[in-house]
Amino acid sequence: MAAKPTTVLDSRALARTLRRMADEIVELFDGVDNLIFVGIQRRGVQLSDRLADILDEREQVRVPRGSLDITLYRDDLQTVGPRPVVGPTKLPWDLNGKRVLIVDDVLHTGRTVRAALDELADFGRPSRIALAVLVDRGGRELPIHADIVGKRVDVAPSDRVDVLVSELDGSDSVVLVRREDAA
Amino acid sequence: MTTPLGKDLLGLEPLTPEQIRLILDTAEPFKEISERAIKKVPALRGSTIVNLFFEASTRTRVSFEFAEKRLSADTVNVAASGSSVSKGETLVDTARNLEAMRIDMVVIRHSASGAAQFLAERIESNVINAGDGTHEHPTQGLLDLLTLRDRFGSLEGRRICICGDVLHSRVARSNIWGLKKMGAIVGVCGPRSLLPNAIADLGVEVFDRIEAAIEWAEALNILRLQLERMQAGYIPSLREYNRVFGVTRERLERAPRDVLILHPGPMNRGVEIDSDVADGPHSVILDQVTNGVAVRMAVLYLLAGGAPELADAAKGGSDR
Amino acid sequence: MTSRESAGARDQRADGNRESSGNRERGTGNRGSGVRQVVLRGGRVLDPSQNLDGVGDLVLTDGTVESFETAAGASYGDDYEVIDCSGLVVSPGFIDVHCHLREPGREDVETIATGARAAAVGGFTAVCAMPNTQPVTDNQAAVGFVLRQGQTANAARVHPIGAISLGQEGKSLAEFGEMVGAGAVAVSDDGRPVASAHLMRTALEYARTFGIPVADHCEEPTLAAGGAMNEGIVSARLGLKGIPSEAEEIMVIRDILLARRTGGHIHLCHMSTKGSVELIRWGKERGIRVTAEACPHHLSLTEDAVGAYNTNAKMNPPLRTAEDVEAVREAVRDGTIDLVATDHAPHHYDEKEREFADSPNGIVGLETALAVVNTWLVKPGLIDLATLVDRMSVSPARTFNLPGGSLRRGQMADVTVFDATREWKVDPAKFVSKGRNSPYGGHTLHGRVMCTIVGGKIVHRATG
Repeated sequence: MAAKPTTVLDSRALARTLRRMADEIVELFDGVDNLIFVGIQRRGVQLSDRLADILDEREQVRVPRGSLDITLYRDDLQTVGPRPVVGPTKLPWDLNGKRVLIVDDVLHTGRTVRAALDELADFGRPSRIALAVLVDRGGRELPIHADIVGKRVDVAPSDRVDVLVSELDGSDSVVLVRREDAA
Repeated sequence: MTTPLGKDLLGLEPLTPEQIRLILDTAEPFKEISERAIKKVPALRGSTIVNLFFEASTRTRVSFEFAEKRLSADTVNVAASGSSVSKGETLVDTARNLEAMRIDMVVIRHSASGAAQFLAERIESNVINAGDGTHEHPTQGLLDLLTLRDRFGSLEGRRICICGDVLHSRVARSNIWGLKKMGAIVGVCGPRSLLPNAIADLGVEVFDRIEAAIEWAEALNILRLQLERMQAGYIPSLREYNRVFGVTRERLERAPRDVLILHPGPMNRGVEIDSDVADGPHSVILDQVTNGVAVRMAVLYLLAGGAPELADAAKGGSDR
Repeated sequence: MTSRESAGARDQRADGNRESSGNRERGTGNRGSGVRQVVLRGGRVLDPSQNLDGVGDLVLTDGTVESFETAAGASYGDDYEVIDCSGLVVSPGFIDVHCHLREPGREDVETIATGARAAAVGGFTAVCAMPNTQPVTDNQAAVGFVLRQGQTANAARVHPIGAISLGQEGKSLAEFGEMVGAGAVAVSDDGRPVASAHLMRTALEYARTFGIPVADHCEEPTLAAGGAMNEGIVSARLGLKGIPSEAEEIMVIRDILLARRTGGHIHLCHMSTKGSVELIRWGKERGIRVTAEACPHHLSLTEDAVGAYNTNAKMNPPLRTAEDVEAVREAVRDGTIDLVATDHAPHHYDEKEREFADSPNGIVGLETALAVVNTWLVKPGLIDLATLVDRMSVSPARTFNLPGGSLRRGQMADVTVFDATREWKVDPAKFVSKGRNSPYGGHTLHGRVMCTIVGGKIVHRATG
């Protein structure tokens, strides 16, 4: 069962992609007024921070960033076995009337985003919620779509797409791990 | 069903330090939920939990109820009466009836030591001990640990003294086990008639006078003194208890450091603890209450397991 | 399995050898007493009452011991049932001076009949039944009832013990004379202590008139009140109120001093602590008429057996510490403790299936007594089999002035045959007693009673 990782985006390409995404964000929201970034634990948080830093540089404005742990809103909590660890959620605002950009690393089945939408609803009623992901690998199981995509990849269901960030993993890249037929 | 805590939470004595740490770590994110406008997450949606209280208790029961409801579980309160012997249905029958109703979890408080274990051995539902006789009160022990850890950062090597009627206290026992497993140094202080004869064998320091305990400790966990103890002849009067063992502002001021004050409640103001101490700057009594809900949520969350064969589907967060 | 009637003389050996019927050295035909003539052949006959320890045949005729034959190859007539006892020990029948047969009142948990049969299975040819029945056995009619029920049971003999005080309430003396006249062999308020020193004193004095012992359950009530197990590290951990060893020792010394004052015979029930043993030694050194018993469970289990609130390890006095167990064992060895008694106390399953503090005290013990004493005292070499037989038969008979406890010629044929090496696993579901509350369930023990004979009649034969 050889797992051979292929680099889809190296660190320079990743940085370039983020800069382009930041531009798209400003365009999408027609400015950054009343906008909050919400990164999904874990790596969505780091990516959200990077995007906010780029906007700070470009637009000289600090977009507030929150983090969301969706574990308690998972739809498979009753069947997943040993309890997954719950990470911190930091959203110290009333979201009524705000514009929210959910940031995540990989969009696949869409279930994580569904959970995030449910959780956000408990914090108020944003006027608009949009989704930005670094990688869209297809394979949706729910009608969820990303407004801003860094890179689209076309992979088999058994493949893994991993986003690595230097804050947690020591380097920045996006890798694809193809599984040979396993036993 | 392989949950990290097993099927039940019966006490802190059977837990490993890793398990205790897991509960405390899990409680942290749950604190935040109680700060939200909508204090609810769907984690235990569809679960049925019975609060089976054979002893009257408002605060523990309400705390558990909040914890259960904030996890979206359905809760039922049963105020059962007395022991198996005299008052109607035996504990065995109660257990079987609950099981027949397919309850997922039972939170039990009972006046007999070992009652929670007795129940757990006879039903498949998860059983959480909310206090059995004078044996253990694990969620109280855990919230005390969390409160201390929040203030100290780590419990390793910290000196914590439990003051009062240790002989009859399940809170004391749970605290002793929990603190020792977390590496703290434990002391007890009280009249010898209210300390177990074998107390030294439990690995704790014993202080006969409260002044010595205050000088030694970094935190005091002050137990409630019950009127019955005086009536049963263990101490002569509440007044003398306060004079000799009461934690007063004057005594605390003579301490060489700031001493944290904990109390499981309800307090007998003027007996074991004076009001200006309970309401003073070093009191974390209200934090204990807040942490109580979070700890209980964490325990319920960790015990409510699922089918382990589907665990793989969740590994590595691949299900995006 | 009942003893087989023999159509002709027939060996019980597996190889099916037959004795020739022509040889008529013994017996002149059935004497018509209704009791089989029995020969216990080739066993190790162990009778400390006459310093006898040898391999040979024990001949029982007309319900008494006729002789002990050592000549090999002796043969017996047609009317003798020969039981092969090779490899087994043949001893005077065991006597249990302390058991609870629950009748009258709690026939749902034991009757005198089921208890007497359980006793027979345990190798006991006689038991003394404690009077804490419902109603209390505190008068001659009640004593007579117990005696007759025992007789119809046709198993072990049942000697009634009468109450010390009416209703066992500890206030006024029961009629010792009338009770003795109806068959009582001792008096006791067991189940409860005699709280009043004055009452104990008068009981000791009054019992002297009838030459019976006063048996006391030593427990200082205010110290022990509400206690569920030994007071110590285990009770502290489990959050159960403890009974300190002093609760027993205070009454032990009190009773010994009163025995000294009155010249009466005090018998101390179920001794369990090191302190008690030391006090008994003190009393005996001074020639005070104090005797004492210990139960198999106090010779083998400690407070750790309570484990996770196991109600089958709950009794009064409770299981104590390892130090106490060692001291009590040593006392059995050196005779400070005169004898072993079971304190057999059956309880209903429902009653034991309760929270620990609410569960009643007591465990059964008749059917496991020999095995426990053998496994924990003989096997490790602390005592020899002769001492075991003394403590379980000779000494009980002597202490309570009961018939039995000896295989001398002319003695009644109460005999116990046991295999000291046989291993077996205890299964309470198979007990003959109605009670199943034993802490030894699942234990593998060494020592099994193979045959019990009362008055020359086989009342128990082991099948496995």
